[in-house]
Amino acid sequence: MSLSLVTLFLLSIMVFLGGQVLPGNVGRAILGPFADQRAVDALNHTLGVDRPLLTQYATWIWNFIRGDMGTSYIFRSPVAPFVIDALGNSMKLAAVAFVLVVPIGILGGVVAALNLNRPLDRIISLGGLSVTVLPEFVTGIILILIFGVWLRWLPISAAWPKNAGFFTQLYYLILPSLPLFLVLFGYIARMARSGMIEALDSDYTRTAVLKGLPWRTVIWRHVLRNALLPTITVIATQTGYLIGGLVVIETLFRYQGIGSLIFTAARGKDFPMLESGILTIGIVYAVATLIADFLYSVLNPRIRLGSDQ
Amino acid sequence: MSAVQTTSPPQDDTRRRSPMAEVFFSLMRSRTFLVGLFIVLFWVACALFGEHFAPYDPLADDIINALAPPSSEHWFGTDQIGRDVFSRVIVGSRDILTVAPLATLLATVAGTALGLLTGYFRGIVDDVVSRILEAFMAIPVVIVALLAIVALGTSKATVIVVIGLSFAPIIARTVRSAVLAERELDYVAAAQLRHESAFHTMFVEILPNVIPPILVETTVRLGYAIFAVATLSFMGFGIQPPSPDWGLSISSNYGMIGGGFWWTVLFDALAIASLVIGVNLVADGVHGALND
Repeated sequence: MSLSLVTLFLLSIMVFLGGQVLPGNVGRAILGPFADQRAVDALNHTLGVDRPLLTQYATWIWNFIRGDMGTSYIFRSPVAPFVIDALGNSMKLAAVAFVLVVPIGILGGVVAALNLNRPLDRIISLGGLSVTVLPEFVTGIILILIFGVWLRWLPISAAWPKNAGFFTQLYYLILPSLPLFLVLFGYIARMARSGMIEALDSDYTRTAVLKGLPWRTVIWRHVLRNALLPTITVIATQTGYLIGGLVVIETLFRYQGIGSLIFTAARGKDFPMLESGILTIGIVYAVATLIADFLYSVLNPRIRLGSDQ
Repeated sequence: MSAVQTTSPPQDDTRRRSPMAEVFFSLMRSRTFLVGLFIVLFWVACALFGEHFAPYDPLADDIINALAPPSSEHWFGTDQIGRDVFSRVIVGSRDILTVAPLATLLATVAGTALGLLTGYFRGIVDDVVSRILEAFMAIPVVIVALLAIVALGTSKATVIVVIGLSFAPIIARTVRSAVLAERELDYVAAAQLRHESAFHTMFVEILPNVIPPILVETTVRLGYAIFAVATLSFMGFGIQPPSPDWGLSISSNYGMIGGGFWWTVLFDALAIASLVIGVNLVADGVHGALND
């Protein structure tokens, strides 16, 4: 809890420094090198960047908390609707990736552990590890070539036609979610695998087997419950990664999500948009961490009952 | 300070340190390590001597032959202004293989120093620094890079600093846990009794004994650094045109991918993939050899 707040605070400072302080003269950056000095001063005054830093930071944070994310330098209109729209789109993409990867990743890890050191385990572990270390845009490009260009099964851009229904949107989101899937698959499968190995090797599993429970019951009732706990934490920590991955994937697939919003804002020096976008995903990350902590404590009686720590 | 044990058998120290020769032979027996090393050395050779055996000048355009598919003349075809893709892929390893190792070096130096400090002093220093580092670790590198590049402008130096500082906390965490175990040993107590300075104890006494985990972490981080540098180049931050860098080439050619010009991006993508996997195989081998 406190950690995610520290992260958020740190992020807000970095965003503030990166977006408002370090670029120097904001008015000059927006108007360009040939603008009249008076125009630059006037703009700086309107934007409020000529006030003391602490005041600027406090005003900025306070406005953000109240839901006022400022006015975009480029679109000359409030930032909030852009950020909310983009966040919604990114959530869709992330949801598709998660819905695919969590069950398949866990299944992969469980299957690997049950076939420990046999060829199937080798294939899952080595394959998972290899795709996990590859940058998303590399797997993305290769997947686009295979499924979009050669086989022509899936659209190569994530921009679906206007008024597309749920299934059409889903169809457009499959290819962009695959690179995220590949990176996450390795992590989740590896955690599930090691959790399974540990649980299979434990005393309670041996007891369950020796007291004559069917193997299926042992796996479902005793092994899986204990094996999958650490996996939940890993899934939550991967949200941070996922956000970084979204910036790349959304750019590659020209998808109007929060990642491409930040990217475009950074290129166009649209500071209010950039700052709000980054702070928003910081909040999403903090919330995801909280949910994971909560889930973990609900599922783990040792923490729930407070005997540990 | 904990109770100091006066009997300190010196063999205890030497026995724990695995002899270099043993590690070397163990590495030479590891197939993953050798395959990885071969791939990495291939790209290092390309980075060093690439232009001598590349068939064409990687920067020379030839508009008439633009977007030619792979042929006996141009093995990997040509890009949108007719540059030879094969030559570009060969020479394209140079920038990434300078930026990524430098970033990793910075991360290792900064992370080791931080890890030694937090692990050795513990207490309030450790609490404060560790919390900040943990909070910092939660921020994706791409986001930090975007901010830094907006603030400081695009350059290789910015990329090195951003990736180096983003990875430092992770190395610091590894070093810290190694130091925590190490500082309970007698040789540290002995150094403290001799009134060695904290600096001397950390860097001369403890550091040599925590080299193995640092080495493993550094090779793993190198893989991630290559990942990050390639990604940033692809995003248009970091390595700049006209460098034949792989990520940069992909970013300038993938717009035409719908037209079926697969050769302008596929070979660069495979090059990045092979280098990243190669480094990870090496890291895996080093990890295995040092933990036997």
